[in-house]
Amino acid sequence: MSFILVLIVIAPLLASIVAGLFGHKLGKTWSHRLTTGSVALSFLLSLFVFKAVALDSVILNENVYLWAEVDSIKMQFGFLIDNLSVLMMVVVTFVSLMVHIYTIGYMHDDPGYTRFFSYISLFTFAMLLLVMSNNFLQLFFGWELVGLVSYLLIGFWYNKETAAYASMKAFIVNRIGDFGFILGIAVVLIYANSLDYIQVFDRLEVSVVGGKGDLPLDPITQALGLSHQDLIALLLFIGAMGKSAQVPLHVWLPDSMEGPTPISALIHAATMVTAGIFLVARMSPIYEQSDMVLNFILVIGATTAFFMGLIAIVQTDIKRVVAYSTLSQLGYMTVALGASAYSAAIFHLMTHAFFKALLFLAAGSVIVAMHHEQDMRKMGGLRRHMPVTYWTAVMGALALCGIPVFSGFFSKDLIIEAVHHSELSAAGYAYVLVLLGVTITAFYTFRMIFMVFHGDERMDDETLLHLKESPKVITVPLILLAIPTVIAGFFVGPIVMGDYFSQVLLPAQNASEGMRDVTTIMVAERHDAIATLREGYHGIFSFIGHGLLSLPFWLALAGIGLAWWVYIKDDSVADKAHDKLPWLYRLLDNKYYADSFNQKFFANGLVYLGTSLWSFIDRLIIDGLLVNGVGRVIGWSAGWARKVQTGYVYHYAFAMVVGLALMLGWILLALRSA
Amino acid sequence: MMEWPILSFLIWLPIMGGFGVLIVGDRYGARQAALLVAAISFLISLPLYFAYDAAAGTMQFTETFKWIDALGVHVNYDLGVDGVSIALILLNTFMTLLVLAASWDSVKERVAQYMAAFLIMEGLVNGVFMARDALLFYVFFEGMLIPLFLILGVWGGPQRIHATIKYFIYTFAGSVFLLVSLIYLYTQTSNGSFFLPDLYALTNLSENAQLLVFLSFLVAFGVKVPLWPLHTWLPEAYSQAPTGGSVMLAAISVKVGGYAFYRLAMPIVPEASHDWALLVVSLSLVAIVYMSLIALVQSNLKKLVAYSSVAHMGFVTLGFFLVFKLQGLAFVDANVSGSVLAVQGAMVQMVSHGFVAGALFLAIGMLFERMQTVEISAYQGITTRMPVFAAFFMLFAMANVGLPGTSGFVGEFFVILASAKAHFWVAFIAATILILGAAYTLWVVKRVLFGEVNSSEVNKLSDLNRREFVILAVLALAVLWLGWWPEPLTRLMEGSIREWMMIVSPSDLMPVVKGSS
Repeated sequence: MSFILVLIVIAPLLASIVAGLFGHKLGKTWSHRLTTGSVALSFLLSLFVFKAVALDSVILNENVYLWAEVDSIKMQFGFLIDNLSVLMMVVVTFVSLMVHIYTIGYMHDDPGYTRFFSYISLFTFAMLLLVMSNNFLQLFFGWELVGLVSYLLIGFWYNKETAAYASMKAFIVNRIGDFGFILGIAVVLIYANSLDYIQVFDRLEVSVVGGKGDLPLDPITQALGLSHQDLIALLLFIGAMGKSAQVPLHVWLPDSMEGPTPISALIHAATMVTAGIFLVARMSPIYEQSDMVLNFILVIGATTAFFMGLIAIVQTDIKRVVAYSTLSQLGYMTVALGASAYSAAIFHLMTHAFFKALLFLAAGSVIVAMHHEQDMRKMGGLRRHMPVTYWTAVMGALALCGIPVFSGFFSKDLIIEAVHHSELSAAGYAYVLVLLGVTITAFYTFRMIFMVFHGDERMDDETLLHLKESPKVITVPLILLAIPTVIAGFFVGPIVMGDYFSQVLLPAQNASEGMRDVTTIMVAERHDAIATLREGYHGIFSFIGHGLLSLPFWLALAGIGLAWWVYIKDDSVADKAHDKLPWLYRLLDNKYYADSFNQKFFANGLVYLGTSLWSFIDRLIIDGLLVNGVGRVIGWSAGWARKVQTGYVYHYAFAMVVGLALMLGWILLALRSA
Repeated sequence: MMEWPILSFLIWLPIMGGFGVLIVGDRYGARQAALLVAAISFLISLPLYFAYDAAAGTMQFTETFKWIDALGVHVNYDLGVDGVSIALILLNTFMTLLVLAASWDSVKERVAQYMAAFLIMEGLVNGVFMARDALLFYVFFEGMLIPLFLILGVWGGPQRIHATIKYFIYTFAGSVFLLVSLIYLYTQTSNGSFFLPDLYALTNLSENAQLLVFLSFLVAFGVKVPLWPLHTWLPEAYSQAPTGGSVMLAAISVKVGGYAFYRLAMPIVPEASHDWALLVVSLSLVAIVYMSLIALVQSNLKKLVAYSSVAHMGFVTLGFFLVFKLQGLAFVDANVSGSVLAVQGAMVQMVSHGFVAGALFLAIGMLFERMQTVEISAYQGITTRMPVFAAFFMLFAMANVGLPGTSGFVGEFFVILASAKAHFWVAFIAATILILGAAYTLWVVKRVLFGEVNSSEVNKLSDLNRREFVILAVLALAVLWLGWWPEPLTRLMEGSIREWMMIVSPSDLMPVVKGSS
């Protein structure tokens, strides 16, 4: 088993290295065969592992190699394969495989073809490293490496100024999150003296039962009124906010759409951006200890879910609509985390990975057909030309809106219900926003569907003439992704309502230390909204029936109806709304001015600060006053003012130094005799 | 123990080789001869790693001869290495070899003298890392400046004289204090000795004397590292030096400063170091933030890397001087205080910084040879013309950013972890390098590598030749190896650092060492 796990991780890495270094020798065909084949291998092996874990209840926690051992702290690379990580492995490798296949068609004529395959395989490696980790070190490796690949892929078309800028922005904003993350790891090490998950969970005394007594707190922690669990949970969540693009660290994700569309699907929708969600779920034993941070998570998540959804309404670029939708959906997952409905969050992560990857790839299919035109105002009526793309996109859209039987319905409904039952103080705020968010989601989603696929054909004649369905290599992944988009919801029974995440105990690494076992996801009793839902759960069909009668479904229908009214029935409504509420339009169109604020305040501020420090302190005070000035002073005092003006100030600095040294020598000698 | 005086070989072979090259002169293959000497030195240094008993962590391969024994002055030629010295010696022999290879075409005048200067410097620097006698240390410490000044002053840029003199003034100021302190310490030993263990054993120093000695060490070594505000020589020296000079300054010369804190300052006056640790920690934190901000606004590639290099060296002094705060602190496990972690971080950072800063200066040198400028604005979109170069540059930039998987991550990670143990806010300030480092590095990557080619000069650029490729590839492997598997390096140094920790602990603050308690 250990060998299989290593192979799952290593195969994409090796393929990436070979394709990256020797791509020009291998040629296009062998490059994509190699990388796609290796990811297919990882996917199949992941399925095998999934079977072992989910059905046969095999749990693995083993170290692969010793990275370093310093100060008696063992830093290892290793795998913790349990129900959570194996689910992530399957989702990641599946979506990655689809994207690999799709890329063969999408990037067909790009000069960077082999480089692209090398990058996405490297990404798969990094993401697997992240989800399979059994310790914070490897987690951080995966965490930063997916960030690196994201950076490289956003800037894939490096000649484009906007792409180069967006890639830099993505990396730096992510680094702000990582700043919190690394401090979180540091605080973990203070209190647990280990980076191994199981040991950390145990030593932080986060198993929900019992307590090991208080650890000494950092004075600052006390001053802020935080417990060490609060501090760790908060710092790690800041990392999650960066990667999962939560307000106010969301600004990089819309710009990341500068990258090629396949990676928008893989990295900026399905997998990498959900790493933050995965992180919090993985750390549930820590988060359950801190109501304060859970409240904070609720607020951040709900704010992101609602306000980012609003921006999607005014976007005209098809990819940006989907991007803001991703932000909003990530907000939903975050809300679920805050409500301690970790299993619902992971479930939504999974269904979202399928339907959002589908939507992005469908958007990519449209973009190819439109000759790289992304403005929806120049589209329309495409359903007649691209039936496969249209129908798969509609399925994705229905799932996104949470219409019953589509996968998104189950996951989103659960999140809303869980927030409803949460007893945290921020739950009320979150509940209102996620409910309103449902209408918003339905509205912008079908606005996009109607603008792109229905109505008049608004493109120029040249494009119209060449409109045709994309080739098989593009449509087959769409169809393959549409299948789980429709049916994945039916696993709600076992995954969330059942005991998939709570039945298995994770073995402590050395039981001799008397460590307690912990389950994959732990929920404190006082937070257990999911348990309440579980009591009311009587099978999948009553769940659907209940969904049809509850508020979110009708809110979604209202959103779709509104979109139909505005964009199909009477297209003057949009203009009227625009004229009535110009301030609102401006606010949304400028994305709440977050970008211009960051640019003016942070970016320009830092540059200004750097310039002032440099010219004032470095050059004026240290060099001008001290280094040169001391020389001058000595010169003057010695009455050699004329020579100073010849520029030989260094002579006098020299004299000064010798003088000082003599003085020091004298003092030392005096001390000695004393 | 080895009968062979391997340490002396490592000092005198490059020096003699250097003089040999001088004699051979420009006409008869000075380049080949120098490269051969450097290669042999590197090969001789390798067995040190394998033969050293790292678990013991003691001084090994020791050599002792009477050197000066007249007029009542006793100075011995005492050599010895521990794991930390070996790491730095290997870095030195490795980087010298690469620098000589890199200077193959770029130096056209006085080739033999240029090559000789590097070889002589290599030997002297090895001497610094091996000396167990304070006066011998001083001789090597000062002696290495002579070839460095020559490299800077003869082969440097247009303002080389100004830069050299400024550097000279700074280092000379430090050296004078150092010499006076060493002589004073000598007078305090019972048997009149410069032997370092004798100086470590001094217990009769008054508080004021300790303070003065510490301050003079701080100035002498702080100039080298450099500590804020003793750094203003560095941007000029780095930017005026020829490529090889910048590399040796960044990769080797500043390490001598860090090493001197480790070998002299902290063990000789541990109480004063303990009392004044907060000062050095503060200066290090200032360096990290302040230098990063200044690096952000540089328009000259070499100056940018120079400031960035100072910021990263801040982690070295930070790691060293956190030790005092960490000793005796142990939250959960009585065996772990984090002090070894802090010093390991500082040392790994030194080695990594040698690779990364060295590689960046070499890469910039390759651009300079093609375009005769290091102004950032002269470049744009060079990926289009030099894709292989761009790939390497990206890797080294990422190492500079401290990305996991590169050597740049390891040391900073250790130091940040350890500093959080000492005090949360220290870690908070130190960790800002994650953001600031990314900002200035990626911004320069964007301006130099990305974008449309907009000048005819850039359009004519040719990609790396085979020699350049090999040099950068070797460094890239070093950076990746240290990033993915630092264990061989940390194991080499772990025992030595634990030994060292016993010396620097002020007597009332003995660290809890494994097995005791």
